[in-house]
Amino acid sequence: MSNMHCWKIAPVLLLGGMLLGGMLLAGCSPIQPWVKPYEREHLADPIMSFDRNPFSASYLDHVFEVREGAHGATGSVGGGCGCN
Amino acid sequence: MTRFHLQARWLAAVIFGLGAVGRADVLPEDRTDLLYHRYEGGGLTVQGPSVLVRKKFGDSFSMSYQYYEDLISSASIDVLSQASAYKEKRTQNNLGFDYLHGSTLYSVGFINSNEPDYKSNTAFFNISQSMFGDLTTVSMGFTRGWDKVGEVDKGVFQRYVGSADHRNWSVGLSQVLTRNLLLGLNFEADESDGYLQNPYRGVRFVDPEVARGYAFGPAVSPNTRTGDAGSAQLKYYLPWHAALDGSYRLYSDTWGVLANTVKIGYTQALFTDWTFEANARYYWQKHANFYSDLFPFENSQNFMSRDRELAQFHSLTLGMGASWEFHPPWPHWVDKGTLNLNLDHMRIDYQDFHNNLVASPIPGDEPLYTLDANVMQFFISFWY
Repeated sequence: MSNMHCWKIAPVLLLGGMLLGGMLLAGCSPIQPWVKPYEREHLADPIMSFDRNPFSASYLDHVFEVREGAHGATGSVGGGCGCN
Repeated sequence: MTRFHLQARWLAAVIFGLGAVGRADVLPEDRTDLLYHRYEGGGLTVQGPSVLVRKKFGDSFSMSYQYYEDLISSASIDVLSQASAYKEKRTQNNLGFDYLHGSTLYSVGFINSNEPDYKSNTAFFNISQSMFGDLTTVSMGFTRGWDKVGEVDKGVFQRYVGSADHRNWSVGLSQVLTRNLLLGLNFEADESDGYLQNPYRGVRFVDPEVARGYAFGPAVSPNTRTGDAGSAQLKYYLPWHAALDGSYRLYSDTWGVLANTVKIGYTQALFTDWTFEANARYYWQKHANFYSDLFPFENSQNFMSRDRELAQFHSLTLGMGASWEFHPPWPHWVDKGTLNLNLDHMRIDYQDFHNNLVASPIPGDEPLYTLDANVMQFFISFWY
């Protein structure tokens, strides 16, 4: 693994470490939810899902990925291919 | 040689079963999707069926399986420039497992992709956790891929030309900001090494000894590539039972590709059982450092490519979709189903990739190439 690569993944490792620390500390955190469970009716509506149909969203993501130089960080789920 | 490939294929698997913006305190829903997909544009048609089945076992385990098929018929500009039209078939099988323990969801899986001249295997692991009263979900994942790249001529496998390894690290955050607003943040870093170029594509260089003024030679790409992508997305609930969403993504890699993606979408629920969607996506990309449409002479650089995926271009995609929900009387174990149709139109305007199929007295003076493509998805989903 080159030094350059170490620097490339350092932000991921740092952010991952912070998130892991957050997970461990969450159990003793006094933070109270500022949106109560009974206030989440709108958030629970299916139209508020980032990916209502992950199967379909992932297929379209891949259609883009094989035609563009960029990829990743779409936050979608599922598999698919629009190769070539 | 009649085919061309992209190394990004393994990415189809990277996020299978992973949801950076999903909930970690529940297992994925039991559902089955049956999909027919069709892409048509630039002389290329890719179509085929796919099926995804997800099922829980008890309160802690969930399993998923996906079969995917591509039937490819290609006479694209790349193929017509240096080879001949072809047809081929690709199949992919995905298997995933989820385990829920408290507010933590663990996911593992394996994906295999097969076609005559490209074999790909991918394994992934992801962990996500809900916290702060389920207002926050964080996730981390690692994906490893192994590809074997070969060549086929007239439908007959010739030889393997190389292999490629891929590693991907991802972190994600989903945050409830208000009772009407959601935020998603994602960051990924990936590294690839090995044979990272397309065995069927060459580079174009000026050659005064040829009547048309140019000739094709072999392309040479670096054998390592690392990239980073970060994105943010927001979704807001509107009081008339609709939702507005927007996202932005920045990507850069060691090949010099820099890209921006902006997307906005609108979702409207109507008549209790209909949902309509409309969205627009704009993408802009700077070309790779070693890309050129026309090199000044043969072997003029150590690395050379004319892959249009590495060219400079911008694209606009407009999409719409409709979904109808129904509750079948039979079988009794099916809770509901949806019929869905999604249509997208994509236009790519290349800024330094010329259409060399159009004759020109001066090499490199051909018109810039544009791609218009239509993508259709029709699928039926069942929840049980």
